[in-house]
Amino acid sequence: MSRAERLYHRLVVWLLFLILVAPLAATLVYSLATQWSATLLPAGFTLKWYLQLWSDPRFLAAFGRSLAICFGALALSCVLILPAMFAIAYHFPRLDALMNVLILLPFAVPPVVSAVGLLQLYASGPLLLTGTPWILVFCYFTIALPFMYRAISNNLQALNLRDLMDAAHLLGASSWRAALLVILPNLRTGLMVALFLSFSFLIGEFVFANLLVGTRYETLQIYLYNLRNGSGHLTSALVISYFLAVLLMTWIANRLNRERT
Amino acid sequence: MKRPWLALLLILPFLLVFGAFQLAPLAWIALNSFNSSESGWGLANYGEILGSPFYLQAIRFSLEISLWSSVCGLLIALVGAYSLTRVDSRLRGFVVAFTNMTSNFAGVPLAFAFIILLGINGCLTLALKQLGLIEGFNLYTKGGLILIYTYFQIPLGVLLLFPAFEALKQDWRDAAALLGAGTWQYWRHIGLPVLSPALVGTFIILLANALGAYATVYALTVGNFNVVPVRIAALVSGDIYLEPNLAAALAMLLVAFMTLITLVHQWLLKRSRHVQS
Repeated sequence: MSRAERLYHRLVVWLLFLILVAPLAATLVYSLATQWSATLLPAGFTLKWYLQLWSDPRFLAAFGRSLAICFGALALSCVLILPAMFAIAYHFPRLDALMNVLILLPFAVPPVVSAVGLLQLYASGPLLLTGTPWILVFCYFTIALPFMYRAISNNLQALNLRDLMDAAHLLGASSWRAALLVILPNLRTGLMVALFLSFSFLIGEFVFANLLVGTRYETLQIYLYNLRNGSGHLTSALVISYFLAVLLMTWIANRLNRERT
Repeated sequence: MKRPWLALLLILPFLLVFGAFQLAPLAWIALNSFNSSESGWGLANYGEILGSPFYLQAIRFSLEISLWSSVCGLLIALVGAYSLTRVDSRLRGFVVAFTNMTSNFAGVPLAFAFIILLGINGCLTLALKQLGLIEGFNLYTKGGLILIYTYFQIPLGVLLLFPAFEALKQDWRDAAALLGAGTWQYWRHIGLPVLSPALVGTFIILLANALGAYATVYALTVGNFNVVPVRIAALVSGDIYLEPNLAAALAMLLVAFMTLITLVHQWLLKRSRHVQS
C-alpha cells in the first residue's frame, strides 16, 4: 500500500468514527453544560444534571421497572429456550430447520405490527395483559429469542452433545443430572454473551412498552419520552447514563466472547 | 428422558409462549385485515387504504425515507468497511467495537441526541449557520428523517458488510494490477461483482429495518410525521377513534412488501449461483 493510500484509509475510518460519535458527543457536552442555547459553546460546565437525575425518585423507579422487566424476560427466556434447545438437539435434530425459520419471525415482523394483534388478543377476557408489565416480559422473550437461539445453538454445535451424554450415562448419571451438571456448564459462556447482548437492547425497547403499556408502568424509555418537554440538560444526562450502561453490557459481552475463542 | 414424550414436554412451554405472543398476533392480523368494521368480510380495508390519499402519502413517505436512507447508509458503510479492513488492527478493533455499541443507539435516545446536534438551536446547525454554509436546518422534515435514519443504518451496514471483504483476496488485486488494471477497473470488474451478493443482502436488511422503524420518528415528531408505522400505531392507540382492522390491513401491506423483497433477494441469490456454476 502506498503512503497516500494508507493516509486515505485512516482518514475514512476516522471520518466514520466522527460521524458515529457526533450525536453522542453533542449530548455529552450538553449534559455537562450549565446553559447552552443559541451560542456555539456552552456557558460553563457542571455535574448538577447528573446529580438531579440520579436523585429523582421518578427516574429511579422507572429504572427499577426497566431492570425488573429485562431480568424477568431474560429469566423466562432461559427457562423456555434451554430445555427446548436441549430436547431438540438430543431427540429431534430434524426440528432444528423448522426452528431456524421460526426464529426469523421476531426479526422480520416489526414490533409495531405484532402490537396490533397483541392489543386485540390480550385486552379483554381472562387474559387481560395489556397495561400490565407481564405482557412486556412475554414480548421481550420473543425479541430476545433470535439472539439467544443463535448464540446457544453455535455453542451447542461446538459441543459433542451425544458423546458427552453417553459418557455421563456410562458413569451412572441420569439424563437430568447429565443435562444439568455436564451440558449446562458447557453452555455458560454462550449463554452469558447472549444475555448481556439481549439486555443491552431490551433496556432500549420503546415500541412495545409505549403501545402495550404506556404510562401505566413507566419504563426508562417511556420516562425519557415523557421528559421531552422538560429540561434538555436532564434528558441529555439520561441519554448519556443510558448509553454508558449499554456500553458496559456490550463491552462485557465482547470480553466474554474473546475469552471463548 | 429416553421416552420422547418427556422430551416433547420440554419443548411444549416454549412453543406455547412463542405461539401465543408471536404467531397468534400475526394470525389475528392476517385474518382481521379482511374483516371490515363496516362491510364485513372482504377486501374493504385494503380498498380504503389504497383509495385514500392520506394512507398513500404515508406509504410513499415510508418508501422514500427507507430507500434513500438505505442507499446512503449502504454507500457510507461500503466505503467505511473497506477502509476498516485496510488500517492497522488497533484502530480497526476500536472502531469496530464502537460501531457495535452505536448499533444499539436508536429510537428515543437517538432522536434526542439529534435534536441537540441538529435541532433548530442544535450546535451543528448553529456552527454551520455561522460559517454561512446553511440558512437553517429543519430536522422535522423528510430530509431530516432521511438523515437520522441513515445514521442508524450505518453501524448495521458496516457490521454486515465487514465480514464480506474477507472474500476479496489480495492476490486478485495484485494480478489485476500486473495485467494493467487501474483502481477503477479493479472495482468495476472484480471487487464489486464479488461483493454484490453481500451488498444486495445488506441492502434488503437495511430497507426492512427502516420500513419497520417507529420509535425514532415517533419520538422526533411526536407522531406527526406521516409514515406507515406511525399510521398503524395511531389506528390502535390513538386518541380519536380506533380501527384495529384497518391497522391490520396496513400492517399486512408492510409485511407483504417485506416478504416480497426477501423473495426477490432469494431469487437473485439463486440466479447468481446458477450463473457461477
